[in-house]
Amino acid sequence: MLNLTGVDWLIMLLYFVFVLGIGFALKRHMKTSKDFFQAGRALPAWICGLAFISANLGAQEVIGMGASGAKYGLETAHFYGIGAIPAMIFVGIFMMPFYYGSRARSVPEFLRLRFDEKTRALNACSFAVMTVFSSGISMYAMARLIQALHVFDGLFNAMGWAPQGIFTFSIVLSAVIVLAYIFLGGLTSAIYNEVLQFFLIIAGFLPLVLLGLRNIGGWSGLKASVPAAYMHEWHGVAHASTNPMGIEIIGLGMGLGFVLGSGYWCTDFLVIQTAMASHNMAAARRVPLIAAVPKIFFPFLVILPGLLAIGLPTPHTTTVERNINGMIVRDTTVVPHNVEEGRGLVPAKINPVTGKAMLTASGEPLLDYDMATPNMLLHFFPTGILGLGLTALLASFMSGMAGNVTAFNTVFTYDLYQSYIHKGASDRHYLAVGRWATVGGILLSIGTAYAAIAFNNIMDTLQLVFSFVNAPLFATFLLGMFWKRATGHGAFAGLISGTAAAMLHHGLTLPIEARPGIHGGWLAVVHHYPSDMAQNFWGAIFAFSINLVITIVVSLLTKPKPESELVGLVHSLTPKPPKAHDVWWKSPEALAIAVLIMAVAMNIFFY
Amino acid sequence: MSLDLRIPMGLMFTLVGAILVAFGISTDGSQIYAKSLGINANLWWGFVLLLFGLMMLLLGRRSQKRLAKLPPAPVDPSETRRGH
Repeated sequence: MLNLTGVDWLIMLLYFVFVLGIGFALKRHMKTSKDFFQAGRALPAWICGLAFISANLGAQEVIGMGASGAKYGLETAHFYGIGAIPAMIFVGIFMMPFYYGSRARSVPEFLRLRFDEKTRALNACSFAVMTVFSSGISMYAMARLIQALHVFDGLFNAMGWAPQGIFTFSIVLSAVIVLAYIFLGGLTSAIYNEVLQFFLIIAGFLPLVLLGLRNIGGWSGLKASVPAAYMHEWHGVAHASTNPMGIEIIGLGMGLGFVLGSGYWCTDFLVIQTAMASHNMAAARRVPLIAAVPKIFFPFLVILPGLLAIGLPTPHTTTVERNINGMIVRDTTVVPHNVEEGRGLVPAKINPVTGKAMLTASGEPLLDYDMATPNMLLHFFPTGILGLGLTALLASFMSGMAGNVTAFNTVFTYDLYQSYIHKGASDRHYLAVGRWATVGGILLSIGTAYAAIAFNNIMDTLQLVFSFVNAPLFATFLLGMFWKRATGHGAFAGLISGTAAAMLHHGLTLPIEARPGIHGGWLAVVHHYPSDMAQNFWGAIFAFSINLVITIVVSLLTKPKPESELVGLVHSLTPKPPKAHDVWWKSPEALAIAVLIMAVAMNIFFY
Repeated sequence: MSLDLRIPMGLMFTLVGAILVAFGISTDGSQIYAKSLGINANLWWGFVLLLFGLMMLLLGRRSQKRLAKLPPAPVDPSETRRGH
């Protein structure tokens, strides 16, 4: 199996030393709570831009997009082309002036300035809970992956420790490192490390894609070895039955592009916090646009390994006899049972009782898509660069966790502690609270990770609940920023009813081939969707629409805020952002157009 | 911020690159490269990372020198009060 040598450990150790070193080096700059929570609002745009995408480049992204690439092919790129890029352009050009210009310190605080206290409290509470659970889920996924890849098995054998401890060891190790560098250097440290992790992930995954492509015979070789539908992003998207994801263009464009993608990239403080840390308004507006440039090329880095994994020939255990100076040498390449039973390099799921591959209803082996990308690493990387690849994988888990943790400590300290628990204390006090909130957040995350072992479907349940809360959010921000008549009562009622609508929709519909329960239909089944993706996107569209309608209706019935209080928060009442002194091609608008042209070119290439 | 990220980042990639190059040279032609299609992935990728690391270091050093030459006037007043 996995044979790590000294050089692999050396690379991993080096990474840990630098991550912690950055934390220690930044410690002396952490004088005020603004330094700690907002990076002093003094970072250059390129650093914040790379951190902006790196905060999202956690486990779910690297492992999940590879898995989705193996399962659905290039159609997965819609998550970038429709889901992320337009939203990133929108937040940079149209929304950042209000986030940055309002001097709000967090997204919930923006909601208080624009709407009222209860809307902020609702958003702050749900957001704080979600970040803690998300980082717990990330931790759990990492520990499971480390177990599955046997990364620490050699170390545990050498030390004579019981292998049951690997799960705990992985969790404690990652938690301690993330805790240390955030405790010391706050958001600056998290952002610096996210940039480091960004480059490390490229360094670890780019050679994988190059080797995989070379093995399969280049782009044309890849085309020849996967079903034709896998190589098209747009082909067959007009109807649900003619594309691998089972979703038609309206659900895809509206659900993913307008509601879910925008809801995440335009309102989630996890990513917005990095843009709010930049040194001036023009830089803050450039941050999401700079982030969009590498994002356009990310399908090559994270989706392609999965697609290559499914296209490559399935390896089998072989013995090669060689004759060296009259001595017969047998080289046996042992391929694990689950890989031999799978498709390409994607292993089959093995029933632990019978030891045989689990089958789907149609008799095909049930594939463990999450192992697509990790198995590519093990297949192609010799010791040395394998250490780099595994370090990149660990780095991606940590960057996702760190973003959640800094978002949590900021929202907890400013929006919950300072607002409702202890008002008017000294800045030094809030700095200390922020540090200890970091510790508390990480402890709660660890608790979540262990709860995930005890209750099998806690992860699915949590993610489902998050989707209910997140689905309607974008409507609230859109109305808040672009319609001065929207009121606090309207926003609050809209958010609550949007979430209720998402739950109701889920309770009444079911993807085909699923049983009522966690997948939906727990009230009654009134509609069947062709896939769970379609159900998810349409649910978001319903939640968004209900929120929009309810917010408008309730706003019209309630008393609006005086216009003088809304300057800098609503588009029509805010003077245009001053033109920066930079040359024209450095302006956010020019950058946005360039990004848009690149994104369209990429979509034509993947057509 | 007086810590330019490019310096620690450049240093890390230079070191990782150097380690991979050295390991790649010492294992050139070894059986372990059967996995990577006979390509000495450590040597080649180590070389790429080494170049990237050195470039980052160079850029970081250059901007630090440029900052050192500038008078410290146009900085945020809260920055100067802290005394560095």
